[in-house]
Amino acid sequence: MSAFLIRRLIQSLAVIAIMSFLVYALIGLMPGDPIDIMIASDPKLTPDDAARLRALYGLDLPIGERYWNWLTAALGGDLGFSRTHSRPVLQVMGPHLERTLLLMGISFVLSAAIAIPLGVWAAARPYSLHDYAINLFSFAGRSAPPFWLALILIFVFAVWLGWFPAGGLETIGKGGFWDRLQYLVLPVLSLTLLNVAGFTRFVRAETMAVMRQDFIRTARAKGVSERGVLTGHALRNAMIPIVTIIALDFGTLFSGALITETVFAYPGMGKMIYDSILANDFNLALVGLLFATFVTLAANIGADVAYAVLDPRIALT
Amino acid sequence: MSAAAISVTGRHELRLRVLRRFLRHRLAVASAVILAVLILASVFAPAVERLLGADIRDVDLSAILQGPSPAHPLGTDELGRDLLVRLLYGGRISLLVGLVAAVFSAIIGAAIGIVAGYFGGRLDDLLMRFTDGVIALPILPLLIVLAAVDLTKLGLPASVANSSDISLYRIIVITALFGWTGVARLVRGATLSLKEREFVRAAIAMGASPWRVMRIHILPNAISPIVVATTLSVGGIILFESVLSFLGLGIQPPIPSWGNMLTGAQEQLSSAPQLMIWPGLMIFVTVIAFNFLGDGLQDALDPRALSD
Repeated sequence: MSAFLIRRLIQSLAVIAIMSFLVYALIGLMPGDPIDIMIASDPKLTPDDAARLRALYGLDLPIGERYWNWLTAALGGDLGFSRTHSRPVLQVMGPHLERTLLLMGISFVLSAAIAIPLGVWAAARPYSLHDYAINLFSFAGRSAPPFWLALILIFVFAVWLGWFPAGGLETIGKGGFWDRLQYLVLPVLSLTLLNVAGFTRFVRAETMAVMRQDFIRTARAKGVSERGVLTGHALRNAMIPIVTIIALDFGTLFSGALITETVFAYPGMGKMIYDSILANDFNLALVGLLFATFVTLAANIGADVAYAVLDPRIALT
Repeated sequence: MSAAAISVTGRHELRLRVLRRFLRHRLAVASAVILAVLILASVFAPAVERLLGADIRDVDLSAILQGPSPAHPLGTDELGRDLLVRLLYGGRISLLVGLVAAVFSAIIGAAIGIVAGYFGGRLDDLLMRFTDGVIALPILPLLIVLAAVDLTKLGLPASVANSSDISLYRIIVITALFGWTGVARLVRGATLSLKEREFVRAAIAMGASPWRVMRIHILPNAISPIVVATTLSVGGIILFESVLSFLGLGIQPPIPSWGNMLTGAQEQLSSAPQLMIWPGLMIFVTVIAFNFLGDGLQDALDPRALSD
């Protein structure tokens, strides 16, 4: 187990290292560099000044050397300064991360709480009417464009019914728990609908796979009630792959939150990454992207570990 | 002679059986019909345009955000352009991107999967670790970066990098870059089992080169999983295209795509919700149809893999 973990950690570190270079190089290929932006904001700069500034900031160095300078500074805790927020990157990221975790956390718990009973219910009576309906819903949820779903929710609940605000974090000058909760309802609903669609399919498939096994027949023969078979035997065993997949999804959710946050103008990590890319805020974009990669990889390792911890038959080597 | 006849009838019967199994999957058949209609409608978009007398570039500020009328069956958008014609032209783009990128990613995936499975060992290890690495990436943020990269800095001449079609090619390339992993894994699995089959071993024993064995003996027999995975990937690619275009990083206006038609719709949500409904509905129907079609093909081509 520990040998496995160490190897996975080394692999993931390698992926992070490669990714950090790739993303660094890609960000360098974005339109405009910091000096272009300075030139645009100060017409008195001559080409000579621009060249001197480039040398001063080390922007004329080859990409490998520039990356190395960035990396050593980053490992020393200096992740740079955000151009658009005029604050150190980490200070900008902190509150955004908190808001995303709040949004994702709520929708994650809700999704699991809805999807697990729904999936088990569908698996209990495969090919029945409700199984068919649940299947259709899950297919639809996986095929709906996430931003369209968000727009529909805004139209129905904000424009038409006027129950909830269309987007943002809180009412300006008001704030407080209840106020912020109202702003969270639609983004959470939008993320949850999509997650439930994805999770339900896995819960149903895994529960059905367990239901085909011999020990289920034994349990029924012993006289265990159908409900007992379903929850005590089938679900308990199906939980292993289910937890794994849900853990894996936590990483993808992080990307998915980008769309939801952007449409609802919710200032979380996803919107921060998107805005920083569009605004040429290179330092912030770089750190945000690397953090997203890190979360995805961590979720992967977490899924493997969860698998081993939950299923004593599996030894990670 | 007789052997050839047997093999021909055998193949014919096999095809019939596949067709029968596919026809039993009613949702998949319905999806195939819907997709055929959508493809035909977007192919004949110019004809519809002429029929309605509504040029797609026709900005008419005296007729913005109109409701349905005989001249504009679905109404007009915020610049007075006909919504139906724009939807059909948008369909051309979205379907083209989805299909072409899916084929590209299938080619990349099949090549990587077959090489990994056939040669095995270190190469297999390396390629599969690489595949795992790509799967573990946060795809959407990366696609956004790739869509924003300045192509002149990559050495492309400015005339090419700034032409209006470049956003189309760029989106096909970048979605294909991430879409191949599923096909690669499936083809690797199929190659591993095919490699042990007698006809492949016989071909190797007779001195066929690895390239020949992979091309003539393995690839044609691995075609079913490739077709299924490719069909299933079209929907995902169309979703990515629409998201990027919606965010303003994909297909650039005035070329319509279902995704970028929704960008303007958000501002008009209270005055003209139909601008939001139609393009989204087209994406939704197309993606779900490709998913059902892939499901149906899987049942028909590979009945052993019980799909739950």
